[in-house]
Amino acid sequence: MTLSKKEVQQQIDDLPLSDAIRDALHSGLDGVELRKEQLEEIIAQVQADYEHSKVEPCEAVGVVAAQSIGEPGTQMTMRTFHYAGVAEINVTLGLPRLIEIVDARKVPSTPTMTIRLSPDYAHDRDLAREVAWGIESTSLLHLGSIATDLAEMNVIIELNEDALNQRKITAEEVAEKLREETGLAVDQKGNLLIMAPEEPSYRELLQLVEKIKKLSLKGVDGIKRVVIRKEGDEYVLYTEGSALKDVLLFEGVDPTRTKTNNINEIGEVLGIEAARNAIINEATDTLREQGLSVDVRHIMLVADIMTVDGELKQIGRHGVSGEKASVLARAAFEVTVNHILDAAVRGDIDDLRGVTENVIVGQPIQLGTGDVHLIAKR
Amino acid sequence: MKKFAVQDHELVPSHVILSPEEVDVVLKEYGVEARQLPKIHINDPVAKEIEAKVGDVIKIIRLSPTAKKSVFYRLVID
Repeated sequence: MTLSKKEVQQQIDDLPLSDAIRDALHSGLDGVELRKEQLEEIIAQVQADYEHSKVEPCEAVGVVAAQSIGEPGTQMTMRTFHYAGVAEINVTLGLPRLIEIVDARKVPSTPTMTIRLSPDYAHDRDLAREVAWGIESTSLLHLGSIATDLAEMNVIIELNEDALNQRKITAEEVAEKLREETGLAVDQKGNLLIMAPEEPSYRELLQLVEKIKKLSLKGVDGIKRVVIRKEGDEYVLYTEGSALKDVLLFEGVDPTRTKTNNINEIGEVLGIEAARNAIINEATDTLREQGLSVDVRHIMLVADIMTVDGELKQIGRHGVSGEKASVLARAAFEVTVNHILDAAVRGDIDDLRGVTENVIVGQPIQLGTGDVHLIAKR
Repeated sequence: MKKFAVQDHELVPSHVILSPEEVDVVLKEYGVEARQLPKIHINDPVAKEIEAKVGDVIKIIRLSPTAKKSVFYRLVID
């Protein structure tokens, strides 16, 4: 007697397996006529395979992960810079990027954001460009030229009409913003702005020029450039510089799909779990871009250990390795003498429970069969 | 300025605060004490959003690339 579709599905749903395996069973057995024994046979096989593929207790998963990421790492390019597609935005790729990820740097060497737009903006090039100009930080140099008049001891700013229109800002607004930021009088004649420093000295004059050059008149601070690219049927913005918090609140931006490559920033704005996902995504993308495939489980393990304490920790002296309980394990990693000296001063005790310290003293390591102790029953 | 929920972001999995009874079940299942669980800070944006308190255990339902759905627990600390 064959089982009904419902009975088969019910049996599969009750299995103590992951959703992925259950879904595979559902799709594999869809429309297949099965007898009860046949289904039981299939389930037994799947469960046996699942048990077989599990990591054994006492297996050194960390070492396996380290080697699985480290070996392909030797094949990665050492060349630091690359261009991401046609967007002409410089992003660090390859080995330097991977190092940056596991080091949990506060700011990556080339911060960049991928901004996706909300549905009503994503398909219209003009609207997308409007959002882009709204986000891009506008400085005086975008709008015109700055000259210094040494005879009169003042700064002459000539604004370009087209640039003003394009970026939707008026000469009055520019003058107002300059007044606000510098606290100095700004003389405005049409598109000509004239400013003088408090004291008529060369030093003050040059300092003023430097200051107003750096001023952000409009847009999000820290976003130096925005490039629009069409991906599929929607426009996507790529930025040089990153300011996730401000950009997420921007009109026209889809806050649920906008990302940055600054993992620390993701941790601050979206939380530790998002940071973990970002580490996994960034690391796999970096490896895949180099044509290397590393099982995602190894990368997930790295991401987990980096985020387990609720904050981003680097894999290294100031993070995971530096917090090991064993003196010898820490000393074996970096700055050996300091660790041993500090431990001697404090009178630390090493319990010799980890791998490294037991290798150092020449004892069997407590992994695999080495972790099993036999106690004789009297 | 518009407001958006951190949990709506595609990088953020769903976070649920467990009741004390549920916490007991979890701790028993893993054979650990609450302090041995992975941590999440009280000022984590998601913890703030779901108004977690120090000592709460948060259940996180991740979308795993290998298992589709995997469950993780974090203890709220300050």
